[in-house]
Parts: sequence; C-alpha cells; structure tokens
Amino acid sequence: MRRVLTTIATVLCASLVQADEVNIYSAREENLIKPILDIYSRETGVTVNLVTGGADELIQRLSLEGANSPADLLLTVDVGRLYRAKEAGVLQSVQSPLLDAEVPANYRDSEGYWYALSLRSRVIVYDKERVNPADLSTYADLADPKWRGKICVRSSSNIYNQSMVASMVSRNGVAQTEEWAEGLVANFARSPQGGDREQISAIAAGQCQVALVNTYYLAGLLSSSNPADRANGEAVAVFWPDQNSNGAHINISGAAVTKAAKNKDAAVKLMEYLVGDEAQHWYAETNNEFPVRDDVQSSELLKSWGEFKADDIALDQLGIHNAEAVRLMDRAGWK
Amino acid sequence: MSQLTTVTNEAPRGALSSLRTRLSERWLTLGILALCILLSVPTITVFSSIFGDSEGVWSHLASTVLGDYVSQSAMLMVGVGLAVLVLGIGPAWLVTMTRFPGSRHLEWALVLPLAMPAYIIAYTYTGMLDVGGPLQSWIRTTFEVRYGDYWFPQIRSIGGAITMLSLVLYPYVYLLTRTAFIEQSVCVLEVSRTLGASPFKAFSRVALPLARPAIMAALSLVLMETLADYGTVQYFGVSAFTTGIYRTWFGLGSPIAAAQLAAVLMVFILGLVLAEHWSRSKARYHHTSNKYTRLPRIELHGWKRAAAMFYCFFPVVFGFLIPFIQLSLWAFDTWELLDRSNFLGLFGNSLKLASITAVIALFLSLFITYSKRLRPGIFLRGIVRVLGLGYAIPGTVVAVGVLIPFAWFDNTLDAWMREQFDISTGLLFSGTLVAVVFAYLVRFLPVSMNTLDAGLGKIKPTMDDVGRSLGLKPLQILRRVHIPVMKGSLLTASLLVFVDVLKELPATLILRPFNFNTLAIRTYELANQERLAEASSTALMIVLAGIIPVIILSQTISKSRPGYEPSTRTQ
Repeated sequence: MRRVLTTIATVLCASLVQADEVNIYSAREENLIKPILDIYSRETGVTVNLVTGGADELIQRLSLEGANSPADLLLTVDVGRLYRAKEAGVLQSVQSPLLDAEVPANYRDSEGYWYALSLRSRVIVYDKERVNPADLSTYADLADPKWRGKICVRSSSNIYNQSMVASMVSRNGVAQTEEWAEGLVANFARSPQGGDREQISAIAAGQCQVALVNTYYLAGLLSSSNPADRANGEAVAVFWPDQNSNGAHINISGAAVTKAAKNKDAAVKLMEYLVGDEAQHWYAETNNEFPVRDDVQSSELLKSWGEFKADDIALDQLGIHNAEAVRLMDRAGWK
Repeated sequence: MSQLTTVTNEAPRGALSSLRTRLSERWLTLGILALCILLSVPTITVFSSIFGDSEGVWSHLASTVLGDYVSQSAMLMVGVGLAVLVLGIGPAWLVTMTRFPGSRHLEWALVLPLAMPAYIIAYTYTGMLDVGGPLQSWIRTTFEVRYGDYWFPQIRSIGGAITMLSLVLYPYVYLLTRTAFIEQSVCVLEVSRTLGASPFKAFSRVALPLARPAIMAALSLVLMETLADYGTVQYFGVSAFTTGIYRTWFGLGSPIAAAQLAAVLMVFILGLVLAEHWSRSKARYHHTSNKYTRLPRIELHGWKRAAAMFYCFFPVVFGFLIPFIQLSLWAFDTWELLDRSNFLGLFGNSLKLASITAVIALFLSLFITYSKRLRPGIFLRGIVRVLGLGYAIPGTVVAVGVLIPFAWFDNTLDAWMREQFDISTGLLFSGTLVAVVFAYLVRFLPVSMNTLDAGLGKIKPTMDDVGRSLGLKPLQILRRVHIPVMKGSLLTASLLVFVDVLKELPATLILRPFNFNTLAIRTYELANQERLAEASSTALMIVLAGIIPVIILSQTISKSRPGYEPSTRTQ
C-alpha cells in the first residue's frame, strides 16, 4: 500500500514539476527514430517516450483520446497522413522562426501544422541490361503499350502509390489519371505483390524490366550486408522521371505537434533538433533519405545517382486527393 | 425439548447458508454477465455500424472490388478449411492410436507450427521460393534459363496463402481432435470392433463422429483466424475481405464502410456457426461410458508404417522445420547487425502478456461455459455467441473497438472529476496494459471458450445430477467432478491463448503504453521495412517462447487421460 502511495505521490509531483519530457506517437519504426532520440536525450537531459504504430491507427488513437491524450508529437512517414491528422483536428500550429527558416516552404504546412524532416522520391528503376534508358521519360509514359508485360509495382493499398497517384489527380484530374492507371495496369508483368525491394529483385530475376520504387529501398539493398541483396540492387539503375516537366515525385517524413500537447515547448525544441545538422546527417546516413535542408549533404550513395529535379507540388494536395486516387485505382483494377 | 431446539436452531442456519450460496452464486453469475457484456462492447460497436451512412462507398465497392473480396475470401476459407482437416485429424488419430517410429515425438512436434505466426511463415517461404529467391536463382544459373523458361509455382498467390495459413493453423484441429480422442472411452471403440468394424471403420463411424464437436470447434477457430488474417493476404497481394477493410478504412477514408465490411464478415461467421449447430439438431455427444482403460496402440508395419510416417511428418517438416531452419540461418547471418540490448526485455514483455491473458481467459471461459451449462438461458447464450465472434474480427478493428469505450470512460470520468473536484484524472485505462489485455480477451476468449465448450459437452449431465444429489454445490461440482475430467481441454485452451497472444500484433501495436515493446512488434517493424533477415532473430524468439509451453503442455495432455498409466510410456 505504501508503495502505491509513493508511486502516486511521485507521479503527482512529477506532473507538478513538469520535468522536461516529450511523448511521441511515431509511425517511423523504432529502429529508424529511437537512436537519434537517445542522442537527444543524452545531450539535453529531456526524457523522450515513444509509441510506434501505423499512422492511421495512431491518428485514430489521438482523436479518441482527445484533450487528455498524453502525446505531444506525431511523426509520420507520409504527407497524406499529416494532412489527415490536420483534418481530423488533432494537431496544432507551431510558430518557430527556426523551423520556418530551415524547412523550405513547400515542405511544410502553410499554417505551420506540420513540417517535413526528410525527403524520399518515388522513381523508376530499370533493368540495366535489357532497358535502354533513352526509352524512359515520364511516369505518364509507363502507360504506353511498349511496356506491355514489363512493369512491376506493389499494391495500390500502399500509401506511396496512393500519394503518387493523388499528385497526378491534382495535376491532371481524375479522368486522365484513370486512363493512365488503366494503361499501367495493362502493362503489369504480374499482379501487384510484395514490397518495393521485391519489385527490384523481380527485375533482377528477369520477371519484369521496369519498376516504381522509393529511393531508400534501393539504397537499402545496395548497402545490405547480404551479397544476394547487393546483386539484386546492382542489376538495376535509377531513372529520374519527369525531368523536363514537373520533376520526380517527392514524399516526406514529417512531424507535427498534437492539439493535446502538454509539453508543447519541449516538443517544438525536439522538432528543431530533428531538422538540425546532426539529425539530418543521421537520416541521410542511416536510412538513405534526402535531408530536408538544401545545405546538408545526402549520403554518397544517393549523390551517385546524380542531381535531379524534384516535383514542387504543394504537398497537401497529396492528402486532399487520396480517396479519389484509391477509387480510381480500384476502378482501373490496380490491386 | 433440547433436541427440538437444536433442530429449529439448525434449520434456519441451513436455510441461511443455502441462501448465502445462492446469493454468492447469483453475484458470480451477475459478475460474469456484466463482464461478458463489457467484453462484447467492441463486437457490438462493429455490428452497430450497419446502420451508419457510408456515403456511397458501398456502391463504389460493389461496382469495383467487392466481388473479388468475397470470392477470394471464400476460396481461402474452403481451401484452408479442407487442408486443416486433412492435416489435423489424420495425424491426431495416428499418433493417439498407433505406434510407428517417431510417433511419440510427433505427439508434441505436430503442435509446433502453432508457434509460427502466419505472416512470418509467409515471409520465410517467400524469401526462399520467390522469383528473386535463392532456389529460383539457383535454377536459373545452373540450367542457364531465364525467368519464364521454366515452370515454378507462384508462392505469392491465393494458393500460396492457403498453403501458408493451413500449415500454421492445422494444429488447432490436431490439438482439439487429439484431446477429444484421448478423452474418449476406449470401450466404445472396442464394442465397435467386436461388432465387426475394421479399425478404419471404428475410426470413421465411431471415433470421428464422437469427436465432431471438437473438430467443429477447431474448424470454426481456423476459419475465423483465416478471415481475420491481414499480414499474409496483404503480403501475397490477395484481395481478401481484410484487405478490403483496411483499404476502405484508411485508403478511402471511410471507417463506417470498413466497419460494415467487418460486420458482414461477422454475420457470415455467425451463419456458419448456427448452421453447424442446427445440423447437429438433437444429437448430443456425451460419453456414455466412464470406463477408461489404457489406449491399445496398434503397432504399424510395412507400407502402412511408411505412409503413416510420411503423413505425420509432412506437416511438421513444412510447417515448422523448414521455416525454422531458414529463420535460424538468417538470424545467424544478421546477428552482428542487431540491436540486442533489450532482447530480454522484449522476451519478458511477451511472456508476461501471454501468461496473464491465458490465465484470465481460462478462468473467464470456464465460468462462462459452465454458467451456460447450468442455466442455458437465451440471454447468456446470445451473449456467448456474440463474444465468440471476436476471433473473426481483424485485430486493428478490435483495437479501435476497445479504444472507443475506454477513451470515452476515461474522458467522461475526467470531465466529471474536473467539474466536481477540480481534479484531472487524465486517461486512467487508455494507453495502459489493461486496455491491451482487454483487447486480447475480446479476440482470444472465443479460442478458450470453444475449447472448453467442446470439453464440457462431452460430460454427461447425469454427472452434474449425481454431484448434486451428493450435496455438492455447482462450484464444487465444477472443481471436483468436471475439472479433473477435462484437464486436457483446460490445458489446450490456455496453451492456445498463450501462443495466440505471443503472436498478436495489431492490437498490441495500437493500444500499448509508451516505451513498451514485444517480440511480435520488433519482428513486424523490421519485416515492414523489408528487412526480413534482420527480423528473423525476434521471429525465432517468438517461436522459441511458444515451443516450451507447447511441449510441456502436450506432454501433460497425453498424461491427462483418465486411466493413463505411466507404464504405457515405457513400452
């Protein structure tokens, strides 16, 4: 009984003193965020508590917990989910001159509800032996009948495909995008399955010649300790699509302060740290993501793929058109 | 006179004490009823969505993908259902009634695939057999052929999904059927033999029909688990109902339509369960003889021995041995890369949750099934039916179904306390392990209830009557008559829940408190980043954590048979 009382007393005191801590709901998996948070804790003495999970589930949890939610910060690996969280009313806007200065305007919410921490691009990879890169040009071109039976891509249940198609809907409208999706589906080498890495190994195995993947998956294969993985990665090359028009499709990982945040200041400080030099280098080196800041170098591997033009579409468009994108992919038969 | 006083003094005391027992029994019943209602809230929440407005999502689904969802789920159910019956019943009979080389070890080894989460076995086989995997690469380099020049089964397909699910789910059928065979009296079999039935006929005409409640209980668990599976079908690109639920919920942004899809799934399961129930009509499966002698094991020879060995080793080799070896190789390869600092913590967390849930589920389902036996009122029966559906609901849907009432309760209490006493209580239960265990109970209580229901059903009601006439109270009958007889079922029930919790992912993921992880979560997070090899170490630990109780319990189950003599083991 005494122990219970002591615990209660400690908890009460702790909440009165407001010891510096930040509680995070993170859609970034533990091994891709905890190490940098640990460094932050060591450097600043701030306690960081973490729950990881699917972004949609975490947003649901936030909105059901309401004003009493213990979470201060939400991390996601896709802008569509940040948009959904903002729409669900579980976020609050942040005024931070530092964040506004470091994060380019197109990689943050115009009202300060969310900020990007790192970037990834969804690109075309092709079989080095059998595809002439001169035949590749745009995402739109992948619907051309010349690619019949040669394209691999994962399921349209995947958020990265949804966001990519949503950006097309935003630019070209539903009808034109649907026509494109039908053409793409007609060119599939196989029914969509597996993750991005597996599309690459399917090219290496000769099942298809062209695939759509996120950059860090290829980088992960190339830097794997497993020789078979590396061989698969080396069988393909990166092609940056739409370089003469909109640029390659970009998605972000990002952070947002929750509406219920009890430690808002500490949360903003942590966000500022995450766009700082140390953390930006860490993303680049650990998971081969592009830093959100122009002045921080990418990893050597990413640099070896050359400079590229990135799509500068307003990222909330990807969230706005998500449901339309899913519906049109359903209709086009993209499983 | 003095005698008379004694009598009059005693009478009221007796009446009082019987009143007290009746009261305490009533409280117990009421308590159980209240708990049942509480536990059925998530399921009912899903059901009530039927009346919600999905804003045209259904017409979109119906005109595009719904047909796929229905047909693929139906194929999964038929395929997995048939496969688990074949893989489960035959070996259960063979290892219980016959002897052949390895049969003793197979008794427990046949349960091992149970410890393998379905999505792990799917990842493992894909890693080996996929177009980019080592086997096909070897074929291509050795025979200098390209993809498409040779035939190879496509692992990521509906056939592959059926195979994977069957390989890890058949142990339900095996375990429950074997328990039924063990609890059967040999006398009925001997009678059938003296009436001229061949051993096979004794099996198909007597033992199998007697085991029907157990087989059906297991089959319905398997089918529910099949319908609720998301990891495997998603990975294989099979458009099953669960794929649809997730897609509709998150992709189309329509939680109502998603819940309605889940409700349709539940109605369908309910239909199946009721159909099976009616088809039994008035048949009862009590054992009419209580004479248990030791099991006469037939020693197999010649081709029969070879066939039995092949039949029984097949599921163990493919459901456990091969994936286990592959995982071990991967774990060995990636050992250096791993953050092993908190492996023990993960292991402890998983074990803790699994044992706590297994114990609570066992007690709850024992009381529930026993109350149903004592007072089979319509209300209790209905509630039990509703509770029984939890296993068919995908974990994420259950988790949100738990989150809603918990958050509502916490927030309402908080608001009231603020208003009355200006104290904020915050979230008391949401985001604690209480919520996590509650969600486990919603999902896995059907597992232990089905198992115990089948066990209790075999006990003749006259046993209760005899107990009563000897002056035992219902709880005493349960403790002194039923529990000793159905020890096998009790152990099976707790084992199944234990292993299920070890493997559980989505509810743990959403509901857990800060800085709390389990083996399943760590495995999933690495696998989700497509780092299968690195995920193998924690996957192996799930399997290992499951193996130990599996072996201990299946040993205990063979000994649990009334009339078991240790000497039979030393033959």
